[in-house]
Amino acid sequence: MSSLRKTLDKLKPHFSEGGRFSKLRSVFDGFEAFLYVSDKVTFKGSHIRDSIDLKRAMSVVIIALLPALIFGSFNTGLQHFRSIGTEATVLHSFWFGFLKILPLIIVSYVVGLGIEFVAAQIRGHEINEGYLVTGLLIPLIVPVDIPLWMLALAVAFSVILGKEVFGGTGMNVFNPALLARAFLFFSYPKWMTGDKVWTEGLTAGLNIADGYSGATPLSLCAAGDTTQLPSFLEMFIGTIPGSVGETSVIAILLGALILIVTGVGSWKIITGVFAGGMAMGLLLNLYSANSYMELPFYYHFVMGGFAFGAVFMATDPVTGSQTETGKWIYGFLIGILSILFRVLNPAYPEGVMLAILLMNVFAPLIDYYVVQANIRRRLNRANIRVNNVVK
Amino acid sequence: MFRSVKLKRGFDIRLDGVAEKVIAGETIPARYGVKPVDFPGLTPKLNVRPGDKVKAGSPLFHDKVHPEIFFTSPVSGSVSSVLRGERRKMLEVVVERDGNDNIDFGRENPENLSGEEVKNKILLAGLWPAVRQRPYHVIANPVRMPKSVFISGFDTAPLAPDFSFILQNSSLEEFRLGISALSKLTDGKIHLVLNGEGYLSELFNQVSRLEISYISGPHPAGNVGVHIHHIDPVNKGEVVWYVNFQDVMAIGRLFGKGIYDHKRIIALTGSEVLKPQYFRVLSGASIEPLVRDNVEKGKLRYISGNVLTGTKIAGDGYLGYYDSQITVIPEGEYHEFFGWASPGINKFSFSRTFLSSLFPKKNFKLDTNLHGGERAFVLTGQYEKVVPMDIYPMQLFKAIIAGDIEMMENLGIYEVAEEDFALCEYICPSKIEIQSIVRQGLDLMIKEMS
Repeated sequence: MSSLRKTLDKLKPHFSEGGRFSKLRSVFDGFEAFLYVSDKVTFKGSHIRDSIDLKRAMSVVIIALLPALIFGSFNTGLQHFRSIGTEATVLHSFWFGFLKILPLIIVSYVVGLGIEFVAAQIRGHEINEGYLVTGLLIPLIVPVDIPLWMLALAVAFSVILGKEVFGGTGMNVFNPALLARAFLFFSYPKWMTGDKVWTEGLTAGLNIADGYSGATPLSLCAAGDTTQLPSFLEMFIGTIPGSVGETSVIAILLGALILIVTGVGSWKIITGVFAGGMAMGLLLNLYSANSYMELPFYYHFVMGGFAFGAVFMATDPVTGSQTETGKWIYGFLIGILSILFRVLNPAYPEGVMLAILLMNVFAPLIDYYVVQANIRRRLNRANIRVNNVVK
Repeated sequence: MFRSVKLKRGFDIRLDGVAEKVIAGETIPARYGVKPVDFPGLTPKLNVRPGDKVKAGSPLFHDKVHPEIFFTSPVSGSVSSVLRGERRKMLEVVVERDGNDNIDFGRENPENLSGEEVKNKILLAGLWPAVRQRPYHVIANPVRMPKSVFISGFDTAPLAPDFSFILQNSSLEEFRLGISALSKLTDGKIHLVLNGEGYLSELFNQVSRLEISYISGPHPAGNVGVHIHHIDPVNKGEVVWYVNFQDVMAIGRLFGKGIYDHKRIIALTGSEVLKPQYFRVLSGASIEPLVRDNVEKGKLRYISGNVLTGTKIAGDGYLGYYDSQITVIPEGEYHEFFGWASPGINKFSFSRTFLSSLFPKKNFKLDTNLHGGERAFVLTGQYEKVVPMDIYPMQLFKAIIAGDIEMMENLGIYEVAEEDFALCEYICPSKIEIQSIVRQGLDLMIKEMS
């Protein structure tokens, strides 16, 4: 047995019921479970259990997020150096961006996990792993220049009011990461919208090169400047201004591949969102009242947070539809609404966040109807039999 | 024309330690235990006291609610002890074997008997508990007439015994007699469900009154609950009975020889068994002579039944009433450093989150470690992949947890048993005790509906 294990075993009594540090029990358990998978054995029911646990499932999502995080770091640096008109190597850009994003990640985890620890201690539960993913999602969907105290406030809001009051992980109605973003969006719109917030240093406005606007494709479209859009390839690769993790569709698709192959993310929801986006995009093409509506549907996939939302937000199993049929409908409607909000609502250049949050509310309703269909099948079966017996 | 159903959903857990198709030489254990806990919902009333002499077929205890249901001694000898647990719950009635005295129930051809006479004979001899029913997965209520009777002709559980091998070494005549007795108990059909992947159905051509169907697919395709769901589903107010394959033969023996001879062929399996093979034993036999000097060293889990639904017993414990398999696997009391983060070449999983999924043919040695802590329901769409029935598992579990009787009914509680969701419990990343939840739901329904 390793010395670390011995130390843990020695410390454990102090953190158990009646021990000196029993108030920190959940923290100790959380760290112990992080370091070592528990030695608990099956007591009743199935004698063997699958190797997967929630930590494993969540770490798969984290791995799937890494390409977006890595590219996001690079792009943050790239946009910054473009804005001040200097050239920088890939590594230099990445490192610059990474150092900017790291504080966001740290604040998000420290505040979020801190609240989770307290909640777990109050409830007497083990610490749930749900926040491990949320904690990384939040820095990826905000502008890199967001003040840290705002981020901390948003995290606290979403974890306490969005999750813990409903009963903690597994019980929340809204996607916690999107809730944090929505909180920022409505509380501090100045920091969440416009052309300047997406590029590091642009709001401060020092040494900005001439001609660099920092406008995202979405704000260009909303302003009717579809001619100024970056090329499709550029938007697909992701060297454009935007939230940290949302710009590179390549990195996001890599993540989608990981989620789908491991079965952790629902391919039905992802496909549904893209299908819905395509349907709405084509429908708008039919009307073509302005240049935004004329945009080919696949442009919508590479602009803004559409792809990121489809792969990492809509697939949240807790707030999404829980039935397999429901997942198709849920995804499809998210796709439709995202594009609808985006194109037809001048107040909000980005529609994905609101579309997903709205569908979070309707997911139980979708499931309700899917389950009702099953109940009806069962009742019909019984009725057919009764009729046959009567004849 | 046979009915044939191909099931896609389900999962085969690939374990080390499949039994070699050899029947070991005669081993006659000295002690036998009849366990009231094998029968969910039963309130037992003792008929004997420690020290009493009994014959094979003498009642040891009976059901308090249905006093006509007897649980009898598998051997002659003397009652050595009655083991009780918490709140004096009766756990085991142990009989020390001595001699070969049988109670004579009389040889009779069931064809010449009335349904009532057949039923009484089975009740008296202690074979009635072998007849179970849906709804609720409990001993059949002898007062009701079932709409049909099901017999599963194969078992898809991990390391399950091979029924075609068992059949080769058993008497088809006894099976035929058993069917003829059962056919007196229902106006409906008697379904025998065989494995769709190659089974000798011609053998059963000589058995009249049998309706043969084929079902194939991964586990739980062999579960009788799955068969009933696809062939003659239970609606509210209906009852279907089912009997284990080898218990049909025991019923046949009761009529053919006039004795309670509850013997069967069982498979001794599991990664920790040195020589996994088949044995011929009586129900309730102590497994001690089977596993003595035949298992690996270390802390072991002995299971009567399979790893998914079986009962934990001691190394000198007793074979369960319904079990035709003993499994021995290692206990898993160890801490694993960053176990959740390892690549997992040796970690078997239904999910594809470990590298082991690159080896789809390899067998694994699994232990009893939980591999994680209990959490809330988080991931969705997982249970559905291992439940080959038109049933919404997660919604049903939640209805049970909420105690919502009407919803449970709507979602098909009458059709299911805990064993049908054993795989859900196995694959659950939140480590939720699903079989206990389902049993709790069934018990609640029994209470509410009576």
